[in-house]
Amino acid sequence: MSELELRGVTVRYGHGARAQTAVDAVDLTVRPGTTHGLVGESGSGKSTLARAAVGLVRPTAGQVFLGRVDVTGPSRYARRTRRRVQMVFQDPMSALDPRLPVGLSVAEGLLATGRRTSRADREARVTALLDRVQIDPRRAGDLPGAFSGGQRQRITIARALAAEPEVLVADEITSALDVSVQGVVLNLIRDLQADLALTVLFISHNLAVVRYVSDDVSVMRAGRVVEHGPAERVLADPADPYTRELLRSIPVMGQPLVLADA
Amino acid sequence: MTLPSPALEATTPAGPPAGPAGRAGLAAHPRLAFVLARLARALVSLVLVLLAAFFLVHLVPGDPVRAALGPTVSPETVEALRQQLGLDRPLGAQLGHYVTGLVTGDLGTSVTSQRPVATILLERLPATLTLAGLSFLLAAVGAFPVGVATAVSARGGRRRGLDLVVSGVLGVLVAVPGFLLAVLLVSVFGVTLGALPPAGWGTPAHAVLPVVALAAGPLAYLARIVHVEMLRVLDEPYLTTARSKRLPAATLYLRHALPNIVGAALTAGGVVLVGLVAGTVLVETVFVIPGIGSTIVSSISAKDYPLIQGVVLVYAVLVLVANLLVDLALAVLDPRSTVAEA
Amino acid sequence: MPGTRPRPALLRTLATPRGAAVAAGLLLLALVTAFGPALLGDAADTRDLAARQQGASLAHPFGTDDLGRDLLARVLVATRLSVLLALGATAISVVGGAVVGIVAAVLPAALRRAVNALVDILLSFPWLLLALFFSVIWGTTATGAMLAVGFAGVPVFARLVSTLAASVAGTEYVHAARMLGSAPLRTARVHLLPNVLPPLLVNAAAHASVSLLSFAALSFLGLGVQAPAYDWGRLLNEGARRIYVDPMAAVGPGLAIVLTGVLLALLGEVLSEGGRRRGRAGGRPPRAGTGVAPAVADDAPVVDVRDLRVAFAAEDGSLVERVHGVDLRVAPREVVGLVGESGSGKSVTAMAVAGLLGPDARVRAERLVFRGIDMTRPPSPAERTRLGLEQTMIFQDPLSSLNPSLTVGRQLTEVTEVHARTLRAAARARALAALERVRVPEAARRLRQLPHELSGGMRQRVMIATGLMVTPRLIVADEPTTALDVTVQRQVLGALRGAQRETGAAILLISHDIALVSGFCDRVVVMRSGRVVEELDPRRWQDATHPYTRGLIACVPDMTTDRTRPLPVVEPEAPDDAAPALDPGATDRSGRTGPPARPGRPGRPTRKGVPA
Repeated sequence: MSELELRGVTVRYGHGARAQTAVDAVDLTVRPGTTHGLVGESGSGKSTLARAAVGLVRPTAGQVFLGRVDVTGPSRYARRTRRRVQMVFQDPMSALDPRLPVGLSVAEGLLATGRRTSRADREARVTALLDRVQIDPRRAGDLPGAFSGGQRQRITIARALAAEPEVLVADEITSALDVSVQGVVLNLIRDLQADLALTVLFISHNLAVVRYVSDDVSVMRAGRVVEHGPAERVLADPADPYTRELLRSIPVMGQPLVLADA
Repeated sequence: MTLPSPALEATTPAGPPAGPAGRAGLAAHPRLAFVLARLARALVSLVLVLLAAFFLVHLVPGDPVRAALGPTVSPETVEALRQQLGLDRPLGAQLGHYVTGLVTGDLGTSVTSQRPVATILLERLPATLTLAGLSFLLAAVGAFPVGVATAVSARGGRRRGLDLVVSGVLGVLVAVPGFLLAVLLVSVFGVTLGALPPAGWGTPAHAVLPVVALAAGPLAYLARIVHVEMLRVLDEPYLTTARSKRLPAATLYLRHALPNIVGAALTAGGVVLVGLVAGTVLVETVFVIPGIGSTIVSSISAKDYPLIQGVVLVYAVLVLVANLLVDLALAVLDPRSTVAEA
Repeated sequence: MPGTRPRPALLRTLATPRGAAVAAGLLLLALVTAFGPALLGDAADTRDLAARQQGASLAHPFGTDDLGRDLLARVLVATRLSVLLALGATAISVVGGAVVGIVAAVLPAALRRAVNALVDILLSFPWLLLALFFSVIWGTTATGAMLAVGFAGVPVFARLVSTLAASVAGTEYVHAARMLGSAPLRTARVHLLPNVLPPLLVNAAAHASVSLLSFAALSFLGLGVQAPAYDWGRLLNEGARRIYVDPMAAVGPGLAIVLTGVLLALLGEVLSEGGRRRGRAGGRPPRAGTGVAPAVADDAPVVDVRDLRVAFAAEDGSLVERVHGVDLRVAPREVVGLVGESGSGKSVTAMAVAGLLGPDARVRAERLVFRGIDMTRPPSPAERTRLGLEQTMIFQDPLSSLNPSLTVGRQLTEVTEVHARTLRAAARARALAALERVRVPEAARRLRQLPHELSGGMRQRVMIATGLMVTPRLIVADEPTTALDVTVQRQVLGALRGAQRETGAAILLISHDIALVSGFCDRVVVMRSGRVVEELDPRRWQDATHPYTRGLIACVPDMTTDRTRPLPVVEPEAPDDAAPALDPGATDRSGRTGPPARPGRPGRPTRKGVPA
């Protein structure tokens, strides 16, 4: 169990007059073994923040800590430690190499453990992982195109698990899926989090989905965190007007939408 | 009636910024930035072309003068030509002489004819420009109706037979090289039927076969681009919107579809225009037209280096001008493409 | 690892007529290249001065040359030299381009930009000029010409390689590999190469065709292969000199050049398409409606659909039915929601109601009527006018459903100008008012702007304003807020509700979000796999009886969902369509329900493949 801490993370794109600040001095702590929900709309900077957390984007300023170890820099040690933070991407189509059998994609995750393994070990591990995400291991030789969107997303989750991560960053992992498939993936994430005592940063634009899986919640807007705290407290009694606006906008089954302004 | 205020939305813009406010310098004028960038590129290209033409002689392996004159000529003759070409001087001096020559319009003297290169080129340029210009006109004017009509009639897999025939004919026309078509045209219309002059230049009748030979391939290529682009646009959601308004067919195709293929058609038109300029080399050779195209071939065979340098330069400048014209047309007719690039 | 490999695409491609023809042509070309000189070399070189410069005959189908040699034999023998030189030049282009592209990729940014700019400039010159330039340097020999043609193609492949590599390097799976600690060389071997090579090969095949023609051109100009050696271009050159006497001498080699060029170009096309064939469309209903539809009573339903069936042509030419007998009625001013997942047929149903399905759709129905207009056949001119004024559409992606090259004002005014003959100025005034009513700020300025200059929410308001320009009886809104943020969604739906109140139109709202539909509509119609599963009163949604409806409601978490229990899961559709759907903890086995979705994008709820 490890804590993921983002301290004063700022990400700026471009130079001079065209520079845009995607993430603006964000502090965020994911407590060990809990799920932290990050809510925001398009352009709020939540995906950039996720990429900064796993090292795909170098922060302009600030640091990322994993269990009190600074994993921001390009040093060998930082890079190695950073591999214990893994991410699941939004679009399961582009997250898998179309010409690589899915078993090999999952096996790629084993690289991150740094252990040298025999071929038989690898295959056993891939079989176990596919089984864990409820994909028939006999289909390990199939290409991604042979799987549905929901299945592909579970395969990318298996790949992330193969790295034996302590922290999992899930970036809009259900927004490309049909609602009936979304439930399956959400259940899987909850199970895995509980079974493996994972620390999870769960990013979504959907407040209800975030509420369902998260212990704590942060609300992002225009690159800043406008509100954060325990999920129940923030969503039951939001302090920030933007959070209230978000809450008011969510359609609720059978209740007429509030279309008038407050 | 109460409608929600857009205040929240205004602070979180989803698209590109809706105005020049707040943006400094050229970023506010993407069209101008685009044209300036292309002008700069053309200038850099021009410098590179000048250097390439100058160094051409020096890149020839061995002794270019000896190669030009052949192995039987006496060393004195070789030395004389070397002096005439200025190849005995240091490289820097040669380059200086070359550049001053360019500025004053002096491109050297042809080895074979002993006439000034600039004079030869000026004599022959009009034929080439006429040929390329007429061919481009024919290709551009012909391609649009063919491409649009076939696309409209073939949409959604209708009239497969017609579609197959048209695309087959276009495909063959694209694949047949211009010089081969030229040979065929000479054989059929010039010789067998005797309807049109098979060679030479001067009267409008002389221009018919060369122009057709040069334009047919580009016309087919352009028509295919228009066809494919039109099919793409006809399947766009905004065309469904237009159809839902039950607009007349002419409005649908001319106002809603056509403007959206202008960018792609212009870009392809640029490729065609540049290809036509180069194609004159072959067609002029077949029809024995006294243009710069036949000149480049004969000068390469004769290793007449001053003349080669001059023709290469003229062709390169023609290509640069053609590219620049297309870029300017893009900036005027399809501003979105310039925005995308800037 | 065990598992069944999908059948290689190459084999499937070869099974198509075009693929088979290309394969046969390639085999023939290879045979002639390999054995032509050995078998026909003598015939091609035997001089027969008595039979010189003959025309075509049975003994000499292409005639004979100056020295009485048989031209057909010479054309066949020349195959080897022509093909090998073209392949050599292609290899130089591909390898050279790959080297430049890869080197550029590893260079520091400034140098990389310089190399790319140089490639850009070289690309702006036609190959013939480059080849001529190089042939000055390397001389007018076969090798010189091969180098010239080869180097002229280097920029093309340099650009291709760097574009391909950049596109693969930007994918999420390469990011994932990086995140997992995959070394750059391993990533290149495992991900980059396998995804870059196939398109590179396709382009190399197409480029071989260009090389062949280029070479023929150079030899034809006398700048390539020199006597006594000969390739097709040289034979053509010799033939062209005699064209006044005997056309066959030029036509023969020309034919060889064209056929081989077309063959290689086709090879490129076949490889890239993977032999995909276009579907055949079903028959279209004949004759347009005549006359004017009868006037409709105000209380008659706006939409009346009975037993609607829509089929589309599949890849193999067969018809696949995707809507299987849908009944639907929309009363005046009624707001009806059509809910379902991808593949449920909800959008197809709506497009059929609007009469906007493409020519590849085959629509059958017992009744498909919009206010007295039979939508199963093409409308008469009078009916078109009525449809233009009484129906308006709002689509999912407001950017792509507005014409990018027409101003907002033009797109708003054209309906009334065309159908109600409103004058330009009056239409403009009305458009201004319509924009103001859907609360688009600075309406006057917006009228002159192009769609890409507006934000997503504003674009969708413009679409709604289009409805305010006319007197719609029905607004069809197909996932109008799916591409928008929730806060913007609320505002756009507010504008839609306002427009409906003002015009008295009925609304058909299509969405995947049952909560949204229940909060906006008077009646909810649930669809699955092309059938209507259940109709629902949103105020009494607890009464839903069909297991799929109940599953659809339960599987989406809301702000009151019990966080301690797993979400109920919708069972994939059983063949007999009677399986219980509520089964907490069950797994998604197929991940996708119903009949095969349209090819290309399985399992994605965004951007329906509705042909238009």
